[in-house]
Amino acid sequence: MTAARTQSLLWLAQRGSAAVLALCVVVHLATMIFAVRGGLTAAEILARTRGSAAWTLFYGVFVAAVAVHAPIGVRTVVAEMRGRHGRGIDVAMLAFALLLLVLGWRAVAAVTLGGA
Amino acid sequence: MTTLSVHVWRGAAATDGGFAVYDVPRLPAQTVLDVVTHIQRHLDPTLAYRFACRVGMCGSCAMTVNGRARWTCRTHVEAVAADGRLEIAPLANLPVIRDLVTDMREFFDKWARAKGQFAPTATRRDEFATIEPASKERLAVDAAIECIGCGVCYASCDVVGWNRAYLGPAALNRAWTLVNDARDGANGMRLGAVAGDAGCHACHTHQSCTDRCPKALSPTASIAGLKRRTALAALSGELA
Repeated sequence: MTAARTQSLLWLAQRGSAAVLALCVVVHLATMIFAVRGGLTAAEILARTRGSAAWTLFYGVFVAAVAVHAPIGVRTVVAEMRGRHGRGIDVAMLAFALLLLVLGWRAVAAVTLGGA
Repeated sequence: MTTLSVHVWRGAAATDGGFAVYDVPRLPAQTVLDVVTHIQRHLDPTLAYRFACRVGMCGSCAMTVNGRARWTCRTHVEAVAADGRLEIAPLANLPVIRDLVTDMREFFDKWARAKGQFAPTATRRDEFATIEPASKERLAVDAAIECIGCGVCYASCDVVGWNRAYLGPAALNRAWTLVNDARDGANGMRLGAVAGDAGCHACHTHQSCTDRCPKALSPTASIAGLKRRTALAALSGELA
């Protein structure tokens, strides 16, 4: 794949993931504010999230969007600081994406698996 | 008669020289180009600067005036030197030949690198192409076509400053007009040329080009259009 095509597809992926993140962040913040104002305890929150397919899906998608979005942006920042793109940056960013995905989904699993 | 204190860059390169100070009579409706011309004709005939039309058509008199790239012929002194002080330097981001004259080759070479040449698909024996004036493509061309290549956007662009390979706002704006030209047949190559680290994807959308363009064009919008168009081309396989 040419660098031009790669860049064009990465731009599209970053725009697409940004659109998903815009929605997810709003829902996440609104939910947090609602939960805190309602006086829910950690146990009460976990009771609602554990076993919930909706919350699993929502935060699963949220994490996936972060794992796509952040490494593409960091890749550009690093490349601009170094003055060029290279294979090394791509490999490092792929590893960064996988790390975000694993850590993020692990956190999602911790609050959604088990329970009811 | 009041006088202007005019600080003019003198030197053979952007880093090899300094500002010389001239006192120039302040006149009504005086432009910055009038001031530079007065210095060369009456105070120091060795001053090098470039101009041609004096009426905002040719784009050759662009300089940095009080820190900002402008057409000197269309900039009134009263608009930029309320305190009676002017600082005039060559355009940024371009090699200086001497004094206020920059070497524009790099700027125009990038137009060529962005495939800014029209590539016809018909001959003089074919029928005229029919372009609907209200079509989306024609409107996109209309919004960007009036560029006269003065280099103000190029000199104002932060990305050009730190990425010497970046094609710059004017070249990408030109490419965008051709991408939307139904008569042109070189979009396959052009989209490949304008995508990537030296092309539209390097733009940070600071919008200095749009803010400074004396023709009130928006290279930023053209570059955003190229980003969308190259993405679609990458998906469809048009951009290999």
